[in-house]
Amino acid sequence: MSASGLTLPRPFRRGRASRAPVAGGAGGLGLGISVLWLSLIVLLPLAAVVAKSLDGGLDTFWHAVSNRQSVAALRFTMEVSVVVAIVNAVMGTLVAWVLVRDEFPGKRVVNALIDLPFALPTIVAGIVLLALYGHDSPVGIDIAFTQTAVAVALLFVTLPFVIRSVQPVLIELDKEMEEASASLGAGSFTTFRRIILPNLTPAILSGAALAFARAVGEFGSVVLISGNKPFDTQVAPVFVYKQIESDNPIGAAAVSVILLLLSLIVLIGIRYFERWGSRHED
Amino acid sequence: MRTDRKTRWGLRLVALLYLALLLLIPVGVVLYRTFEPGIGAVWDSVTTPAAVHAFQLTLTATVITVPLVTVFGVLLALVLARGRFPGKPLLEAVVDLPFAISPVVVGIALIFVYGRTGWFGQDLADAGIQVIFSLPGIVIATVFVCLPFVAREVTPVLREVGDEQEQAAATLGASGWQTFWRITLPAIRWGVAYGVVLSTARAVGEFGAVSVVSGKIAGETETLTLLVEKRFNNFDLAGAYAASALLALIALVTLMAMTLIKPRREEA
Repeated sequence: MSASGLTLPRPFRRGRASRAPVAGGAGGLGLGISVLWLSLIVLLPLAAVVAKSLDGGLDTFWHAVSNRQSVAALRFTMEVSVVVAIVNAVMGTLVAWVLVRDEFPGKRVVNALIDLPFALPTIVAGIVLLALYGHDSPVGIDIAFTQTAVAVALLFVTLPFVIRSVQPVLIELDKEMEEASASLGAGSFTTFRRIILPNLTPAILSGAALAFARAVGEFGSVVLISGNKPFDTQVAPVFVYKQIESDNPIGAAAVSVILLLLSLIVLIGIRYFERWGSRHED
Repeated sequence: MRTDRKTRWGLRLVALLYLALLLLIPVGVVLYRTFEPGIGAVWDSVTTPAAVHAFQLTLTATVITVPLVTVFGVLLALVLARGRFPGKPLLEAVVDLPFAISPVVVGIALIFVYGRTGWFGQDLADAGIQVIFSLPGIVIATVFVCLPFVAREVTPVLREVGDEQEQAAATLGASGWQTFWRITLPAIRWGVAYGVVLSTARAVGEFGAVSVVSGKIAGETETLTLLVEKRFNNFDLAGAYAASALLALIALVTLMAMTLIKPRREEA
């Protein structure tokens, strides 16, 4: 795509070598403190989880992650998160499109409200959805304690990711390319598929990956609405919580390690999409 | 792309319907249900001793957490934006980790470090310090989940503004501190403000990690979000809605702050 002349005006290119000293404004001391801070707050506890999961040896670890209930919880978590990521990719792109290219009264308010799921505590999100889609739903839609309910809760908390990652790219997108495509006789769907979508793909993918990561780890919004039924609506984070509550720390740690691995894979994936996206800009 | 009228209306309808069903109508229903019994009942419900204590605890944890993550966040941003050292991508990845990790995993991780049978459990007990099931545990959990916000917001701003002014200040004889206070900080202030707002919202709303490490002791380690859950599970729907409405109000203020700060941050 970069060969087709899509060059965005950027006052500053990323990654330009600066003439700053080695650790810049913060100095070597700043680097040292940063590493210490991250080690103490983030790395030490995560190391403790890994260590705990191996407390009883590899056999115990394997048993803890391969028993039927853990597998069912991990599997449902993965499946529902993939569905949520896909719905987000489609609906998020659509909403972003409407917010950037359409004009209607109240657009600014709608745009501001997109961030509401980031600002609203997750437990409140769960309560809010149960009020409309729970047992005493005013519209008679009761999906409480179903897999659908879990998906809806996850869609609520992950709503902003794709929208907020696609919006800026769409704003900066060069309209001349689209006009050229239209003047050469392409219909609006063809222009979208051949011109716009390829430019948006990295942003859509990194937004969807963030949504996926968030969905896999989500706890607050699903703990009430899922009903936590093993082999049905039980998601992995709630499973971990129940294990620690019933005094099975090794089981909790083992499933947590699987969740940690998933997080790492997604983070690496996002980094890859971002690099791909910035290549598009050049 | 020139879309015809029909397509544009169709897309707009689908987008707004999706947002209404997922976001607006559910929030509206809760607000309606909350205030249905009258504002007096809501006020009574959020001023019970348990609710007041929960509010104070949430506030205390937030007031300790946010300055910590702000100071260290700015430092991290300086190191990430200006530093050149081996292993920088790794450092960046570690900063992002709390975004991707389940809050429940954060909670149990802290138990394995600071709990009774954890790595430092015995030493802490000997020193008479209780971390898990008390305020320090709640604060450490909140710091973990809030750690990336300021750093992530400020790093791109620092990259955009460049370091020419800082170099000039240094050439003119300013010390490192003077340069930071007079040049760097004014340039990044809206990025910092945005990060602080996001951190505050997350600190007030944190549930998963706190519910693991706090022990949920009523009147002691029960934060506002934990109170919502307890009331809901005890079939005190009105009480749960009232406490939720209080949290939603805080979220609304956050949202307004975000909307006000965002354009300024982008100007920088």
